[in-house]
Amino acid sequence: MALSGLDIYKLLPKTNCKKCGFATCLAFAMQLAKKASSVENCPFISQEAKDKIISASLAPIKSISLESRCGELILGGEKVLFRHEEKFFNPCAIGIIFEDSLSEAKLIEKISDVKRLSFERVGEILTVDVVALKYSGIDAGKYIDSFKAIINNCDFVVALICDDTDVIKKVVEIANGRDLIIYCFGKEFDIEKFSHFASNKNLSFVLVAEDLDSLNILTLKCEQLKFKNLLIDTGEKNLSDKLWDLTQIRRLSLKKHIRSLGYPVSCIIEQTSPEAIINKASCYILKYASMILVKSDAPEVIFPLLTLRQNIYSDPQKPLQVEPKSYAVGQVDKDSPVLVTTNFSLSYFTVLSEVEASRVPSYIVSVDTEGMSVLTAWAAEKLTPESITKALEKDNIKDKVDHKKLVIPGYVSVMSGDLQEKSGWQVTVGPKEASGIPSFLKKYK
Amino acid sequence: MELEYIEKSSNSITSVILGTGSTSLKVGGEDALPFLYREGKNVSLPIIAHEVFDSAPSDWAKSLKDEFKSVINKPIEWALYCKNELNAKLICLRLSSAHPDFGNNSADKLAKLCRDIYAKVNLPMVIIGCGDDKKDNQVLPECSKALKGKNCYFGNTTIDNYKTIAASCIADGNGVIAHSPIDINIAKQLNILINEVGLPLDKVIINPTVGALGYGLEYAYSIMERARLAALMGDKMLALPFICFIAQESWRAKESKASEKDNPDWGKELERGIYWEAVTANSFLHAGADILVMRHPKAVEIVSKAIKELTNKGIK
Ligand code: SF4
Repeated sequence: MALSGLDIYKLLPKTNCKKCGFATCLAFAMQLAKKASSVENCPFISQEAKDKIISASLAPIKSISLESRCGELILGGEKVLFRHEEKFFNPCAIGIIFEDSLSEAKLIEKISDVKRLSFERVGEILTVDVVALKYSGIDAGKYIDSFKAIINNCDFVVALICDDTDVIKKVVEIANGRDLIIYCFGKEFDIEKFSHFASNKNLSFVLVAEDLDSLNILTLKCEQLKFKNLLIDTGEKNLSDKLWDLTQIRRLSLKKHIRSLGYPVSCIIEQTSPEAIINKASCYILKYASMILVKSDAPEVIFPLLTLRQNIYSDPQKPLQVEPKSYAVGQVDKDSPVLVTTNFSLSYFTVLSEVEASRVPSYIVSVDTEGMSVLTAWAAEKLTPESITKALEKDNIKDKVDHKKLVIPGYVSVMSGDLQEKSGWQVTVGPKEASGIPSFLKKYK
Repeated sequence: MELEYIEKSSNSITSVILGTGSTSLKVGGEDALPFLYREGKNVSLPIIAHEVFDSAPSDWAKSLKDEFKSVINKPIEWALYCKNELNAKLICLRLSSAHPDFGNNSADKLAKLCRDIYAKVNLPMVIIGCGDDKKDNQVLPECSKALKGKNCYFGNTTIDNYKTIAASCIADGNGVIAHSPIDINIAKQLNILINEVGLPLDKVIINPTVGALGYGLEYAYSIMERARLAALMGDKMLALPFICFIAQESWRAKESKASEKDNPDWGKELERGIYWEAVTANSFLHAGADILVMRHPKAVEIVSKAIKELTNKGIK
């Protein structure tokens, strides 16, 4: 948790000697709180105070950045327990696990299936981010060949799930600078064997231990060995225990500042049934995972999960918006009704789905309310007779229909007289809730 | 170092009983966030309500209609099918045919339907009107009378329309579904108003309005999280169970209905709709839903498994 200027001041020598370049210790403290200066500038501060200030200014959950030709993938760096407190920052990576038992041809086919897992929703392209290769422990040569096939055929970040450190070393040698995530699985896994790779920016390591205490010991050891890019995982458990672990890790790092648990969390879902994947992955996406690896590439399984991730990682302060303009729904003609709503995507999509359900072809005019919903926009004076009139003019809706009749949301009925005057359109008050639209449209005209 | 962070709640969610006798159900009562049973005494045990319509729904996806083909025109059989074949514990009856534009069925006829279903099925029921305030105020009181003493829940009551329905529920020993438009303040205000006309809080269930996966899910998710946190910190007027109308939203999403032919990269059509419903339901479980109103038997099966796993105390 960040310290305030006053908190920092209490830790300074309070002699106002000006060596730091500021007139007083307090002035210097204020700059430190803003991160506009560095503790090093005060030669007299105690080591203990210095450590306190530095550790308080560090992010409670570290982030790692992985490069692939698909772009940068940042994991971790989260700051809150609930998205309404600010937002969830770095969308959890979703990855598909391949077995090394696949023939090369089959593997290449699978890779192209995974590349096709790309879905456009509200102007964003949703894709998976990682492919993982699992070692069956039988044929090291086959594993290495499969790895080559992966890096030659796709740009995803690659994760290695392999408990044989010698095999991993061989893979790293031929990785050609590609960013890799290495799962340190199995009791025998000796991370010290990799300490000479510790500062290699291309390699991230996932530390696995069943309980938080053991995990804590592992991360502390890796920090001493100067490992930079770490993730943590508490292994395969039943859903309720996993939810507990994920919640505890997030709480302990944010609220108790346990820095040794402040790492992005990864989860592997071992089951292959779509049902198990749906249940576990939706829980992990909502509750704090930064990477989820699954054993299914079925689009009907992956699409809803990627959509959930998009929803949960959207910024609650910046509501999703649709382009403010008029939308034709169905086979519109010159007599079609014209309905007004806001450009808050939720308002628009609810109105849209009800108009579709009514089967009455209509125009929906989404007014630019900066993404506010009907009532909020009205209260904030973004949905006003003026803004509606402007939207009607901008879009030349009058050329698209032969009438000048407008339907406004029931919640803003008070503006109908004023709007009629300003816009010159005849105003009808529609239902308050979008669910009333089908029956309204049936009777309308 | 003790690596554990326990949150203690100062309040718990009001327990609400639906139904009577051996088939009655308890929802609510949680004293911790969903499924964090190690810090609460009371595990949340969400319940799935099976949705039954009084007349064949016209706008359902084919995969959904197919599931109920033999009963879709027969609400009594439909409810029995849910009980006997799908292991339903709670029925959500939708009186869509009351709507002046979609059948305009009379209060008497629908009250009789409620009585008949209850007599045959003997499960707790949630009864939702057609959404036309005037008509609901005629129909729901008659239905409540027909189910006098059965401890069923009637809705939707809204901030503009709660008095008539609440009054008849008080008279008949039933309860209400209090509906607010994804707004924590309106939700709270409505609970206060309903309570003021004399219905005790343990006869109120909040319908906070939810959005489908991809269609505003996150707004409802965060509103419910905020309401639940406030409730656990002591806000009694928000400390009521949530009912979430999952299927009604999820099956409207084009991703649930679009054919495989039109969208070859979206995967199998049938499963896609089911998973869309299941992921929507799962999300609201984690936001604190106590009752999930669902449709597709396969989606119900998946989410039941999630509930079972999430409420499994395991061994520590
Ligand atoms: S150098 Fe240190 S002691 Fe001197 S004024 Fe700056 S903060 Fe205070």
